[in-house]
Amino acid sequence: MECAISLKHVTKTFGSVVANKDVSLDIYKGEILSLLGENGSGKTTLLNMIAGIYYPDSGEVWVNGKPVEIRSPKDAYNLGIGMIHQHFKLVDVFTATENIALGLDRKEAFDLKEIRKKAQAICDKYHFEMDFDQKVYAMSVSQKQTLEIIKVLYRGADILILDEPTAVLTPQETEKLFRVISNMRDDGKSVVIITHKLHEVLEISDRVSILRKGEYIGTVDTKDADESILTEMMVGKKVELNIERPEPENPVKRLDVKNLSVISAEGIEVLHDINFEAYGGEILGIAGVSGNGQKELLEAIAGLQPVAAGGSVKYYSSEDGKGDAMEVIGKNPRVIRNAGIHMSFVPEDRLGMGLVGSMGMTGNMMLKDYEKGKWFLTDRKSPRNLAEQIKEELAVVTPGINTPVSRLSGGNVQKVLVGREISAAPMVLMTAYAVRGLDINTSYTIYDLLNQQKKKGVAVIYVGEDLDVLLALSDRILVLCGGRVNGIVDARKTNKEEVGLLMTKLRKEGEKSE
Amino acid sequence: MSSLIAWIIRAIPFGTIIMYGAMGETVTEKSGNLNLGVPGIMYLGGFAGFASAYFYENSVADPIPLVSILLTLFCCIVASMLGGLIFSFLTITLRANQNVTGLALTTFGMGVANFFGVFILNGKAYSAAPMANAAYIRKIPVLSELGIAGQIVFGYGFLVYAAILLAVLLHWFLNKTRVGLNLRAVGENPATADAAGINVTKYKYLATCIGAAISGIGGLYYVLDYNSGIWATTGQIEALGWLAVALVIFTTWRPLNAIWGAYLFGTLYWLYQFLPSLMGFTVASYVTDLIQMVPYLVTIVVLIVTSLRKKKENQPPEHLGLAYFREER
Repeated sequence: MECAISLKHVTKTFGSVVANKDVSLDIYKGEILSLLGENGSGKTTLLNMIAGIYYPDSGEVWVNGKPVEIRSPKDAYNLGIGMIHQHFKLVDVFTATENIALGLDRKEAFDLKEIRKKAQAICDKYHFEMDFDQKVYAMSVSQKQTLEIIKVLYRGADILILDEPTAVLTPQETEKLFRVISNMRDDGKSVVIITHKLHEVLEISDRVSILRKGEYIGTVDTKDADESILTEMMVGKKVELNIERPEPENPVKRLDVKNLSVISAEGIEVLHDINFEAYGGEILGIAGVSGNGQKELLEAIAGLQPVAAGGSVKYYSSEDGKGDAMEVIGKNPRVIRNAGIHMSFVPEDRLGMGLVGSMGMTGNMMLKDYEKGKWFLTDRKSPRNLAEQIKEELAVVTPGINTPVSRLSGGNVQKVLVGREISAAPMVLMTAYAVRGLDINTSYTIYDLLNQQKKKGVAVIYVGEDLDVLLALSDRILVLCGGRVNGIVDARKTNKEEVGLLMTKLRKEGEKSE
Repeated sequence: MSSLIAWIIRAIPFGTIIMYGAMGETVTEKSGNLNLGVPGIMYLGGFAGFASAYFYENSVADPIPLVSILLTLFCCIVASMLGGLIFSFLTITLRANQNVTGLALTTFGMGVANFFGVFILNGKAYSAAPMANAAYIRKIPVLSELGIAGQIVFGYGFLVYAAILLAVLLHWFLNKTRVGLNLRAVGENPATADAAGINVTKYKYLATCIGAAISGIGGLYYVLDYNSGIWATTGQIEALGWLAVALVIFTTWRPLNAIWGAYLFGTLYWLYQFLPSLMGFTVASYVTDLIQMVPYLVTIVVLIVTSLRKKKENQPPEHLGLAYFREER
């Protein structure tokens, strides 16, 4: 088969983080290739280098048998490569036609009617549906995606790269998209799909290439592959971590989540009928490919996310876990916090939620108890003491407690965030991605902190990305997939493959996990 | 009846000043730059125009009106564009805060104009450029003598008609041309424009400088036509500049709306003088300032109505007031 694109020994690093290490990959003409991998495995980075967003540190890109330099999206267009990003690049107040016309070559006459006619021809050829006079803001996600594909095809792309195209689509829309993709393949175009959904890989693609932690693992023909082979390639062999895991001591029920559903602003059900219990003195790990409802789940419990009617979160605050429970849903976030449910969510940009970058440690400590103090005067003394204490105990490296936290390194920022939440002596501590971007040593400090909380009888909910860590740290693991609880497993007995499969493949209704 | 005519004849030139200011600011804002330096730029343009006319008239024995017009326009545009360039450099290249930079530019333009104005005034309360004024206020011959209608429609200097023409031209440019489409994309979503291969920085620079030039003409028109070619140290232009900024919002960023919007503002502004005499009653002088507030009130009403209706087309460019930096994630 003829190669449309070959990547040869491509390496890309961001600072000290290696995103892609010596990756070689071939994309054939007239095929659908899936690029499979967990979050952070470097799929998007790799294809961004083909699309001209990033430039490789070393290695070569060959297009149609010739080595090329792709320095900008425009270069990529000229080579016939078009990428459809997860975040659409469309102007909201423009019509579909105007969006297509944007940035077109100057050689072509600027005639919107002509452009529209040509775009319509593309639609007819591949069986798209598009209203070209519709404004983008009035379009559904699926329509916007279609428009992006038309835009790319209009510019004469032969190689299409789709980054997680089904992440935001309903099943029906996904089906429609797959039909269009097949049409394009039959027309001789190459299509690359970045995904982590196994069933889609098996359904649509001709071949699957797998990346793990930035490295190329291998490529298999879809007809020879099944879910277990792919999962194993994706998650890899178990890595032994030396994380302490004390046995839970007389666990008491702290949280009882029942029938919790969340519908996003776009009308998509991001959480569906979640049921679970969390116990004091245990760490409940939450596994799942990111964007499967972890954030919404934590936010719903913390009172930051409106939930659908019928959901309930009961919180047992008494010492023995018996007695009256408090209904968390519908309560103000501060009431929930003061009752003892604390959340430390570490978003991708780290500072976005929870900390104010331009304030020092003291100021950030105050964020959570600004209402204390005398009359209208704030109490600065106790937050300052707390900041000093956290700096001592967690060995936060900072020039001073009043240095803006945005100037601290990622690990230290996380220590400040987690430290502040722990200091309030919570009954329930929820952390998400607490070790994201941290080096090994700092990660272990955080694990120790969580274990200390566990020994104190706190119910710890730990949302993590690294399966090895989840398996080594948690007592039980709840696996989220597509906004549903796809299984709750005993972390001491389960293995990576089982969790990996639960993360990527939704069990059918009624099927039970053992 | 005669006071109604006088009202209209007063309102249209007044509207023309802020129409230039607003059209320039519209072009600037379409690129996503919120230039609050409009009053300052109108000062710069007005003063540069006046100064060039003054020196031309006083140094040439036999000044030609057409040369005076071309010279003053040229100087006005250059000075205004320099103002726009300062703003562009600070906000686009250095990514300074646009609000702060704009307000500083207003103070700067006012200061520069009044500082150099002192040398021209040379101790007098005001100084004049009568020849340039005569050239600017020249009415359309024949047509302007056709009774009342001729007086109302054709009785103004050429910049009044140029403003209307420019509004139509800008409407066509923004909505029908490739460059116009690209410009709007830059103001709405610079990241998308960038990905489409549009040079965002270039567009922002050009739009801001050209916008400033258009705004500056408003200042020129004020000094050489509306104010009878007289330069004095006043704060009048500043008030007009803010009114122009308000007009941009009132027009919901559409140059065609600027035509009637500007005249409406002009009418409302002169309400205090003409309405009472039309209705046959007198008002106390302290009410005058209150009545002059009406254009701003109307703008606020428009803001409320458009934000209540939530129609995306009537909203400011989405990226207005924000600096664009490609590598920011």
